[in-house]
This record gives sequence, C-alpha cells and structure tokens, in this order.
Amino acid sequence: MTRHIPWILTAIIGAIALTVVAVSRGEAVNALWIVVAAASCFLVAYRYYALYIARHVMRLDPSRPTPAIRRADGLDYVATDRTVLFGHHFAAIAGAGPLVGPVLAAQMGYLPGTLWIIFGVVLAGAVQDFIVLFISMRRDGKSLGELIRMEMGQVAGTIALFGAFMIMVIILAVLALIVVKALAESPWGMFTVAATVPLAMAMGVYTRWIRPGRIGEVSILGLIGLLAAIVYGQAIAQSPVWGPAFTFTPVQLCWILIGYGSVASVLPVWLLLAPRDYLSTFLKIGAIAALAIGIVIMAPPLRMHAVTQFVGGNGPVWSGGLFPFLFITIACGAVSGFHALISSGTTPKLIASEAHAPMIGYGAMLMEAFVAIMALVGASILDPGIYFTMNSPAALIGTDAASASAAVTAMGFPISPDLITQTAKDVGEHTIISRAGGAPTLAVAMAEIFSHVVGGPAMKAFWYHFAILFEALFILTAVDAGTRAGRFMLQDLIALAVPSFKEMKSHVPGVIATALCVAAWGFFLYQGVTDPLGGVNTLWPVFGISNQMLAAIALMLGTAVLFRMKQDKFAWVTLLPTAWLLICTLSAGWLKLFSADPKVGFLAHAAKFSAAADADEVLSPAKSMAEMQRIIFNDRIDAALVALFLAVVLSILFFTVKTCLAARRIAAPTAREIPAQLVPAE
Amino acid sequence: MSGLFDTLRRTARLMVGMPDYDAYLRHMAAHHPDQPAMNRTQFFRDRQEARYGGKNGGRCC
Repeated sequence: MTRHIPWILTAIIGAIALTVVAVSRGEAVNALWIVVAAASCFLVAYRYYALYIARHVMRLDPSRPTPAIRRADGLDYVATDRTVLFGHHFAAIAGAGPLVGPVLAAQMGYLPGTLWIIFGVVLAGAVQDFIVLFISMRRDGKSLGELIRMEMGQVAGTIALFGAFMIMVIILAVLALIVVKALAESPWGMFTVAATVPLAMAMGVYTRWIRPGRIGEVSILGLIGLLAAIVYGQAIAQSPVWGPAFTFTPVQLCWILIGYGSVASVLPVWLLLAPRDYLSTFLKIGAIAALAIGIVIMAPPLRMHAVTQFVGGNGPVWSGGLFPFLFITIACGAVSGFHALISSGTTPKLIASEAHAPMIGYGAMLMEAFVAIMALVGASILDPGIYFTMNSPAALIGTDAASASAAVTAMGFPISPDLITQTAKDVGEHTIISRAGGAPTLAVAMAEIFSHVVGGPAMKAFWYHFAILFEALFILTAVDAGTRAGRFMLQDLIALAVPSFKEMKSHVPGVIATALCVAAWGFFLYQGVTDPLGGVNTLWPVFGISNQMLAAIALMLGTAVLFRMKQDKFAWVTLLPTAWLLICTLSAGWLKLFSADPKVGFLAHAAKFSAAADADEVLSPAKSMAEMQRIIFNDRIDAALVALFLAVVLSILFFTVKTCLAARRIAAPTAREIPAQLVPAE
Repeated sequence: MSGLFDTLRRTARLMVGMPDYDAYLRHMAAHHPDQPAMNRTQFFRDRQEARYGGKNGGRCC
C-alpha cells in the first residue's frame, strides 16, 4: 500500500490543479496550474493505466525476444537502451502538429483544449501509439499497412495504404501552408530560412567528405551559422536592396515551396535532407526544453478567457462548434493517427524488451501531449486582442491596424491600434494582422517567454525569428522527407495495377511518382494560399479529420487484434477511443459535407457561390467570375476528399467488425503473431 | 558522468537515425566473424541512406 502513497498524492495535486483551471473565473489563472494539472494526470495515467494495459490487455512478456533480439543485424534491428530509444521515438513523433493545433483551438478559450489534450491523450492517443507498437513488435516490426493486411485481409490493407497516402498529401499541404503564412511579407524570416539551404549543403559536404559521420560537430557549426543568419537577417530586412528581394507574397512563396519540394526530394539525401534534419531535430528538442523551462521561470498568467463565446461556432479562426470541431482541431498532442506509422516504423525494430514498450509507446506520447499543453499555454498568455488580430482572416478584420483594432474590439477583445503596431515593431515584422497558421502566434508567445528569461524586450525580435526559423526548419524537413515517403507509397499503390512501376532500377517511375506527389500537395497548398478566408480555415479541418481517421483505423486494428487474441473482455481499452474518434470524425466529416451553413459545409458553400454565379453576381471575397468558378471547384474537390476519407474509415470499420465476429466464432486465438523460433537471428 | 554524456550522445545520434557503431562491430564480431564489417564512414553512409532514402521517411506532423 505504501508504494501507492506518492501516486495518490500526485493524483490529489492533479485534481486540485485541474479544479483551479476549470472553475476560476474573473481573475487571471497562472499558467503553471495547467502545467501541474497535466503533469500529474500524465504521471498517474502512466503509472496505472499504461501498466494495466501492459499486464492485462497485452500481457507483455519480458522474456519473449523482440525483433531487435531475434533479427539483430546491428543496423535496422538493434536492441537499444530504453532511454536512448525514448529519445528516438519522441523526436520522430513530435513535430509541428502539437504546436499548431492547440494554438488554433485557443479561440474557444484555454479550458476546452486543455481538457481534451489531457483526457484525449490518456485514453486515446497514448493507447493508440502503445498498441500499434505492441502489434508491430510482435510481428517483426512490420508497417501499419502490412499489419492491417495480416490481421484484416488484403483489401483492408490496400484501402488503409491509400488512406495513408491521401493523409500524407494533406499533411504536407497544411505544413507548407503554415510556412507560407509565417514567411509571407517577412524578409527577415525568409532570409533566415533561405540561408538554411546553403548552410545545410555546406554541412552535407562536411559530413560527406571532410569529417564523415561527425554529426555533433557539424550540428554545432550549423547552429552557429543559423544564429548568424538570424542576427544578420535584421540588417538584410532593413536594407533597401535586399529587403525587397526577400519579400514575397503568399502566392510567390507557394510556387517557391512547390519548386523546392520537387527539387529537394530528388537530391541525394546527404546533401540537403540529412544535414537539415540534424539541425531541425536538435533545434526542436532544444526549443521544446527551453519553452518548458521558460514557462516555469516566467510563470505567466493566462490572459485568454477560460471559455470564449466562440464555443458555439462562428469563431474567426475556424468555423464550427466545440463538438465535433475542437476534437479534430487538436489532433496531434491529444491523438494523432500519423503516429501509427512511426510506432510501426523503426521503433519496434529497436526495442530491446517488451517491458520497455509502455515507456516508449505510452510515455513518449504523453510527452508530446505535454508539448501541446505548452503551445496552448503560449497562445493563452498573449493578450486575446493580439491573438484574434493575428489569427482572424483579413476578410473579417481588414489589413490595417485601425480596422483590425475596431473589428477585434467589436468581438469583445479590446485592443488599440497602437498595441497592434507596437507588437509588430517589437518582433521586427511589418505587420501581425491575419498571420493565421499557428506558427507566428506561437512565435510571438515564445518571444514573450524567452525574452523574459534572456535578453529582455530588446531581444524579442531575435527570439521571434528564432521561433519562426525553428518551426519552418522542421516543417521543410517534413515536406522533403514526406514527399519522398509519399513517392514510395504511391509507387506501391500504382504497382498494384501496373507491376512494372515498382521497378527501382529505372528512374522514370520514381520521377513520375514524385511529380504526382508534389502536384497533389501543391494543388491543396495553392488552394489554401489563394483562399480569401486564409486557407487554414479550410485545410486544417480536413487535415484534422484525416489524421483522426487514421487514428481510428489504428485503434480498430488494435481492437481486431485483441479480439483475435481472445482478449475480448479487455477490448474496451481500444473500443472506447475508437468509438469517440468515429463519432467525432464521422460527424465532423458529415458537417463539412452537408452542413447548410456555408461557413462549415463545403457543398453549401459551393451551392451559394454557384447560385450567385448563375445570377451573374460576384460574391466577396471573389473578385471575378473566374475566381468564383475556382472557389466552386475547390469546394467540390474538398468535399470529394472528405467523402473519400469517410469511405475509407467506414470500409475499415466494416472489415474490423467482420474480423471481430469471425474471431469470436473460433475458440482459439487467431492473431497472426510471428513466433520467435520462425526467424533465426542473422 | 561520462556514462550520462555517453547516453546523451547516443540518444542524440539515434534521434537522427544513426545507430551505435560499436554495437554494430560487436554484432559483426559475435555473429559474422567471417564477413568484413563496414568501416565508420561506410556505416555512416549506409545508415544515412537507410533513414532518408524514402522508405523510412515518414516524419510526423
């Protein structure tokens, strides 16, 4: 009993902190209450729920050799120290998602987002990562598509693979859109990000020929270069010659990114991708750690309301009510389907013992949720007036300080034009109006926190651009790596119809698949960039729906496997989050398709515009008939995409039910684990 | 102290997909003493290609 006492105390502290966060109204709550509430809930969940799943649901067996033991080859399959592997896994799962979603969700206040992140991760997100890791670990570290094929059949596997490819396309488009939003009209930011290309190439040459393999050394040199780029970026931005040369409109940036994506993804990996990945990975980990320390030192009060009037819908940042849209807006951080691809990727090949799985699978996801909590805190310590000025589309608040101040004040968040101008000046930007996408808002918050700890107000502009650089850097790495991964997924898919397409010796299929992949995400990026409502409004919900659907698919796989293991009575562990995700995504998808509100439903929006077009009217924000037609076309494409995601998830649901019913009819376990003796060590 | 530093170093390297070279050498010595092992540079290039070549390129959002 005594061993439970510290945990009971932790639980009590968590409950108190959560109560303070939930019931305080009127006076400012300190951000540390949220941090303490989250940390205590996570610790208790890890100690009890993860252990329960490990012991009773999965029945992990530490004596059973993992793929890293039986197939040890010193390269892909290596039994790895668990803290080292935890770092590897965390670095692979944590990206821009947990930083952006919570910032966007802050329009409903900090409370709904905080509660969803905490409960979502404990009951859904961490369970998903953990069970996929478990399933893959028992099957030679096979990937999600192969696992679904093994347990639910060929057709289900192919549908899931296709779904994963479409999700990848949407993710790349959304990530690229965030970069566009952050760098448009910002010569300082653009220069520092552009500087990373030659810098990474120099690092690539260094690790290739001068000092091969010296990752630490070259990363330190690279970091010095990055800091220099940020420092000199200010002078560049102010120069009458170079300033304009690095100032781009969103549409120009969109084409630059598309060009960049197609070139970067066919360059040799050592030249650009690998060295930039070193920089972005270490910078990401460093910045996350610094943010955590900064929040604890500064202990800032939350200035956002606990709950704003936008919970009913009609928010300026994204449309739709709390249910179901909050639960798809915060995807990564609470539950992220994409992690199923990571948990069935390199990690299961490196895990040394089944006993390590709770820490890696469940624990690393809790850590990511903690990052999401910090992002939410960041958005919530800003003046809400600043938050809504930065995140509302120009169509609503105009483009100058006076109109923005009037519009945001009218929303109920008083702000003066001077404060808007001053904030932009403090962070060294021309304007902060309508910089949706999450990254700029978070960068202002990070500048606030970091400058409080190091350098004071004079350093704000430096820290702002540091934060933008850190986000842009790993997003660009993801765009590059994602395009390559998407290309192989596409090649596998096309090869199902045209077997010769998998031929690796010829360059032609690779080039075609790369071009198709870039064209696919480029299409959605262009659509987002030219969207008068800011793009994030349209694309982020589609991304959220797709990501949560992948999570539902992964959890359905988990359910099917539990049934096939004859662990039916524990299947609620995955059924509960599956049901919730299906309810959220299916209703969100349904609303996105058929809601009569043109702000929410794609088809209603298309109908409104096509009715106007038939009457020869041009509706704002379109300026010409051609733009009207493009808006209608985009709406229909988005609707088709959402319908496609719905079809994918419903068909996997069908296969899951079928698999579970079949498993119930047979008395013995039917799960197709790969037994230890089958595959001897190499 | 050097143990902690070593763990940090290995963690940082594995974060970017670089497994431990010494562990690879130990594996080769124990299981394939007859085959030549890659040298440090070859090992680095091989692992770099394996991580970024595309098949494992899935990076999270």
